[in-house]
Amino acid sequence: MRLLPGWIGLAAVLALTLGPLIPLGLQAGAAPGFGGPEWGALRFTLLQSGLSAGLSCLGGVVLARALSRQRFPGRRLLLSVMGAPFILPAIVAVLALSAVWGRSGILSDVLAALGLGRLDIYGLPGVVLAHVFFNLPLVTRLVLQELAAVPAEHWRLAAHLGLSRGTVFRYIEWPAIRTALPGAFVLVFLLSVTSFAVVLALGGGPGAATLELEIYQALSFDFDPGRAAMLALAQYALCLSLGLVALRLARQAGFGPGLDLALTRLDGAAYRRADALVIGLGGLFLLTPLAMLAARGVEGLIAGLPAATWPAARLSLVVALSSSALGMALALAMAALIAGLRRAAPARARLIEAAGFLALTASPFALGAGIFLALRPVVDPFALAVPVLIAVNAVMALPFSLRILLPALERVEADYGRLAASLGLAGWSRLRYLTLPRLRRPAGFAAGLAAAFSMGDLGVIALFAPPDLATLPLAIHRLMGAYRMQAAMGVALMLVGLCLVIFVVFERLGAADDRA
Amino acid sequence: MRQLFLALLSALLPFAAAAQDRPVLTVYTYDSFVSDWGPGPEIEKRFEAVCDCDLQFVGSGDGAALLARIRLEGANTRADIALGLDNNLIAEAAATGLFAPHGLSPKLDLPVAWDDPVFLPYDWGHFAFVYDSTKLADPPDSFAALMAAPESLKIIIEDPRSSTPGLGLVMWIKAIYGDEAGAVWRRLAPHILTVTKGWSEAYGLFLEGEADMVLSYTTSPAYHRIAEGDDTKRAAIFSEGHGMQIEVAALMAGAKHPDLARRFLRFMLSDAFQEVIPTTNWMFPAVTPAAGLPEGFAEPLPAGASILLPPEKVPALRKAALAEWREALSR
Amino acid sequence: MIGLEGLVLRRDGFRLTADASLPEGSITALIGPSGAGKSTLLDAFAGFLAPEAGRITIAGRDMAGLAPAERPVSILFQDHNLFPHLDVAQNLGLGIRSDLRLSVKDRRAVEAVLADVGLAGMAARRPAALSGGQRQRVALARALLRRRPVLLLDEPFAGLDPALRKEMLDLVARMARRQAMTVVMVTHLPEDARRIAGLTALISGGRLHPPQPTATAFDKPSPEMAAYLGA
Repeated sequence: MRLLPGWIGLAAVLALTLGPLIPLGLQAGAAPGFGGPEWGALRFTLLQSGLSAGLSCLGGVVLARALSRQRFPGRRLLLSVMGAPFILPAIVAVLALSAVWGRSGILSDVLAALGLGRLDIYGLPGVVLAHVFFNLPLVTRLVLQELAAVPAEHWRLAAHLGLSRGTVFRYIEWPAIRTALPGAFVLVFLLSVTSFAVVLALGGGPGAATLELEIYQALSFDFDPGRAAMLALAQYALCLSLGLVALRLARQAGFGPGLDLALTRLDGAAYRRADALVIGLGGLFLLTPLAMLAARGVEGLIAGLPAATWPAARLSLVVALSSSALGMALALAMAALIAGLRRAAPARARLIEAAGFLALTASPFALGAGIFLALRPVVDPFALAVPVLIAVNAVMALPFSLRILLPALERVEADYGRLAASLGLAGWSRLRYLTLPRLRRPAGFAAGLAAAFSMGDLGVIALFAPPDLATLPLAIHRLMGAYRMQAAMGVALMLVGLCLVIFVVFERLGAADDRA
Repeated sequence: MRQLFLALLSALLPFAAAAQDRPVLTVYTYDSFVSDWGPGPEIEKRFEAVCDCDLQFVGSGDGAALLARIRLEGANTRADIALGLDNNLIAEAAATGLFAPHGLSPKLDLPVAWDDPVFLPYDWGHFAFVYDSTKLADPPDSFAALMAAPESLKIIIEDPRSSTPGLGLVMWIKAIYGDEAGAVWRRLAPHILTVTKGWSEAYGLFLEGEADMVLSYTTSPAYHRIAEGDDTKRAAIFSEGHGMQIEVAALMAGAKHPDLARRFLRFMLSDAFQEVIPTTNWMFPAVTPAAGLPEGFAEPLPAGASILLPPEKVPALRKAALAEWREALSR
Repeated sequence: MIGLEGLVLRRDGFRLTADASLPEGSITALIGPSGAGKSTLLDAFAGFLAPEAGRITIAGRDMAGLAPAERPVSILFQDHNLFPHLDVAQNLGLGIRSDLRLSVKDRRAVEAVLADVGLAGMAARRPAALSGGQRQRVALARALLRRRPVLLLDEPFAGLDPALRKEMLDLVARMARRQAMTVVMVTHLPEDARRIAGLTALISGGRLHPPQPTATAFDKPSPEMAAYLGA
């Protein structure tokens, strides 16, 4: 009974990820798949994704440890602002990065002034740089969440026993980090695999292409939906197998529950300088491009935003909040299902968990075209554009919200499952008095992330957008397509601002009743 | 809470077309045509003032996505007209058999001859590399000069697999150099800073100062001149000639309102439509309006500078040209 | 009355057999070395572990297939008996209605039982603001509110100092008498058993030995009991 919503959620996820490929596959005979250039592109894809994920994880762990040890004014704001790169539309991020790291970016200017050469990041370095910029905040937050879940009693004990830094890392921090790291790695890896516009723009040449480009090509110039479906399927297969491997490696730390003591780590003082350096560098890396965007955006804001911005902002907000709500329900139901099956059928639980990753490698073009084809015989797809957008965004955010909620939910189950069972807490009561209160903080984070993610997503709407309906990312694209770069930056700044507000509000909601 | 709910509800409700007696003319086009900054809104207003109909533009992606969409929908498409295909897509579009002859014999101001019975041009332009004259004093005046330029001269181009101008450049070079195109690309390769998914990324990076030149149109500087009062952007004129983009519209064979659609096609070539084009689509109008081009707009290239592969030859050449391009640049 | 008929429990390769019956209203101490299976047996009573064979009956009713909350038992764990994010009153309220929709009468019952366990006025505190002994009092109070005929104690007082532990045991005995509860308590201290348990049963060597009157069990120990006591 408790698992039923989870099964329904799983069905919805499969219907929205794999389902749209069916009408595509039925369209036309697929052209034969892989040749030399495709293998070259695949090799590059695996290399850049591996490097992006590895570096994001490394940087994320270092930054998360520093942040978990230190408390300073503005820490929470920093955490929120740091998350902004994650939601930037690709095209805006490329411009923001080039303003810092490009041939005429501020870094190059400094180097040139010092008589050194200008930077040339185009190629592998640029692609990896961009992906680390996007994903470092995500990894940091995922790891930080696990570190924060270590019961305060353990830090107290560690401080009391005077455990060495190595011992603290090995026996307290690492088990916590390990809970989050494989999942985080897979998230970044797969995001990098499916990234498309960024890889091309900073990759320096056609060799720096991903399967996503092939899918796009198959759906536009080549018009071969069958091939698009096949390539999309290949991406899913990669996703599922990687997900399964990573989940095998992930372990619950199993610290057991603490008593929500209001106590932070006591080892901050010893690390103050090193941590300040790490946090400073991380902040610079993430915030400078945003500052460049803000500088350009402010000009756009002063010049006045185009009238079309306001309806677009309204629609974006509606879509973001609805898909966040739907996505949270979906993630909770699936997390309960996975946690419920964990003991009885671990293999099946893992498979479902890996299926939660699927949406990561979903090609927005293939999805859009497939849903369009599926709906068309039944109903005017335009009429359903907004609900479809909400549903797709909810599923697209699932890999993130599930990664955030599942470990927390399993912790709740491990710590209080027996007590709840013996008291007969079930259904709504269990959700209200056990699950939600214990999940408040991660749920606030996940809901904010899902909303922001869906705000910044162009996704299927590119194919679906009825003429008089645009989201903010679409408005940005349209402005840029019409030479209005300055106005586009203004709208981009507004998008980032809105996302931050949503993010901060959700996180505050999550922490409102938190005495820890 | 209640207001939020109402807002949600209103957004979720299907966008049902208001019940009305006027016929609805549906025109599929690319996204930037219908955006607030494109020609769409003004043209809709002008046509509706004379047609007693409801003109609905439906935008999706770029020209290639537009054709894909029409092919996905097949014979029972809702469209009466497709507007926004270009010369590189025409042959494949024609092969679908989804389009009907327009039956018009207009007088067009195109630098090349055009008498296609199905696809009717509404604007055109020349591809060109755009540069900033304050930064690049001595731009190359030919592909030969570009190839011979020092390696530090960088250009940004669009990917021909995902972008119309990108494909335009590949076909432009193919038309000039034929079997030598691969060798040309190899010599251009060191100058190519990067290849972007679409025009916006490329142009944006150029404006950030990342490269000396960007693949765009001879009309691009006109935007900066007219809309921003900025006269520094120029298009480099190449002695080998310039690849052309001719944008066309066509009547759907399954159009619900064929007569109204033909009327729109006639309107399309009238001043009311054509005078909107230069400063919204930033292309040359297919029929120069009586009032001429706007003050400060681009000068057309001299006669004979236009390079256009016959559209029917494009499909056969495209695959080979793409392979050459990719092979040369992947090295 | 609790009946154990041909009961076989298995957990992580460990096996325990039991055949016994514990009379209604009795207090039985389960004693034995660590890892002998004392908690395993309680888990089976409470419904956290399904028997491999045999059955458990309470008041003649077979417990097989009943979810933990449907069983006529309350259990006190060694710790984590309270939700740290709920206050004392809410934690107690869960013993009455799991949706926490409490009537005025229910609220009075909560206050009354708090007074019974000596915690009057602490309803609004969170567990983190209570001492270890106070937390277990709250847990006991909740068991009293639930009015289940069987109370299982899985060493809930092991962490308390001796005087406090004795006090808690006496409280349990008093409350059990008042509500006519059958109590099964796990302990490894003979003195705990002697203090309140009428019966004592040894668990060792993978089986539950038949319960005996506590005095007999310790004064004339069986060889297994003697081995455990180290006498």
